[in-house]
Amino acid sequence: MAQEAVLSLALAPVNRPDSMLEVVHLSCLRGERTLFTDLSFTLSPGELLQVAGANGSGKTSLLRMLCGLSAPVAGEIRWNNAAARGEDFNRDLLYIGHHSAVKEELTPLENLLIASTFASAPLTESQALEALDRMGLGGREYLPTKALSQGQKRRVGLARLLVSTAPLWILDEPLTALDVLAVELIQARLAEHLAQQGMIVLTTHQALQVPGITPRQIALS
Amino acid sequence: MGKLFIRVIHRDLLLAYRRRADVLTTLFFFVIVVSLFPLGVGPEMKTLRLIAPGVVWVAALLASMLSLQRLFAADYQDGTLEQMLLAPHPLGVIVLGKIVAHWMVSGLPLALMAPLLGLQFDLPPEALGILFIALLLGTPILSLIGAVGAALTLGLRGGGVLLSLLVLPLYIPALIFGAGAVEAHIAGVSPEGHLSLLAALLIFSGLATPWVTALALRIAME
Repeated sequence: MAQEAVLSLALAPVNRPDSMLEVVHLSCLRGERTLFTDLSFTLSPGELLQVAGANGSGKTSLLRMLCGLSAPVAGEIRWNNAAARGEDFNRDLLYIGHHSAVKEELTPLENLLIASTFASAPLTESQALEALDRMGLGGREYLPTKALSQGQKRRVGLARLLVSTAPLWILDEPLTALDVLAVELIQARLAEHLAQQGMIVLTTHQALQVPGITPRQIALS
Repeated sequence: MGKLFIRVIHRDLLLAYRRRADVLTTLFFFVIVVSLFPLGVGPEMKTLRLIAPGVVWVAALLASMLSLQRLFAADYQDGTLEQMLLAPHPLGVIVLGKIVAHWMVSGLPLALMAPLLGLQFDLPPEALGILFIALLLGTPILSLIGAVGAALTLGLRGGGVLLSLLVLPLYIPALIFGAGAVEAHIAGVSPEGHLSLLAALLIFSGLATPWVTALALRIAME
């Protein structure tokens, strides 16, 4: 596909065929309620896992646990046969949550450059401009982000997908507030990441169509 | 890691510059509170000289309370804090960078303005110099200790009041030695002892509080 080739900036291909994410007998409590118990699955390179479930069924809680932001009540999460925590795990992880970590006061360019600094994969300015252009934000790189629309703000946050070199992506509702074109772009980028032996865990209420991939699903009730 | 530290400071200074109204409010608060005392107490030079160090220091503590709530709140709300926690770097380094940037826009200007405000209290030039040095050593302590409180009260309703109750008592040593340095000089004693203790306090809080703050942030984000 001609479109795929232009998506990532090919900074460094992910290609880590031996990595694996394992979730063993995981349980989650929220206040008094048990959201899920005894959840186990493994994720291998090139796989996409879609977490399904109604509102409040614990999708976000699960994703935050996978990232290491909150600790599970029981069970464990392992990345490459070690506990999925700490700086080494963080280097392999890209997490985009409900809040896309976009600063309204900064321009899209500044936002992307700063995000890349935190992810320890600093971009040059021209790489960042290129990524924003591919996200359809050409001509708005130097505007304050607060002047952009909701969907454009999402695009600023999601521009990190184009420049990420992390093998494991955890995405919470990445397709919210995006228009048809942007949804197609993101889905194509997901396919590209999987083809490079990346792994993705995501939640979405929209129908996911990643070219050439049948997403695995787990349902939380 | 040093590069990251510099970039965090740069980012926070840039954000402060884009939101300069917030920074200026704190500074004007400090100026106005300090200036109210000579007007309220009256033109009795001796009394004014006596109360000056305490007034300036208490005003600095209150001004620091005003700005502390903003230290992590915005990053918490827009999800940046999650990204900082998930960055492949020690969180303490990022936190220290944020604290330094916070001090540069909230503490440093207070120290710079204090000698000018001290003139209203008829402080002699040397005492003004010592007031400046004491604030230069003391205001970073306020930012460092305050950061722990700001992290602990993150996301709580009525966090502002709780933050004051939590942090103000911890400011007492800085207040005593900071104001004491100027008082000692006015009384004709060397302020060296007070300033040394203030510097020791600065080093101790500089080493300890970033890691405690980082831990408190991880708890707040659970």
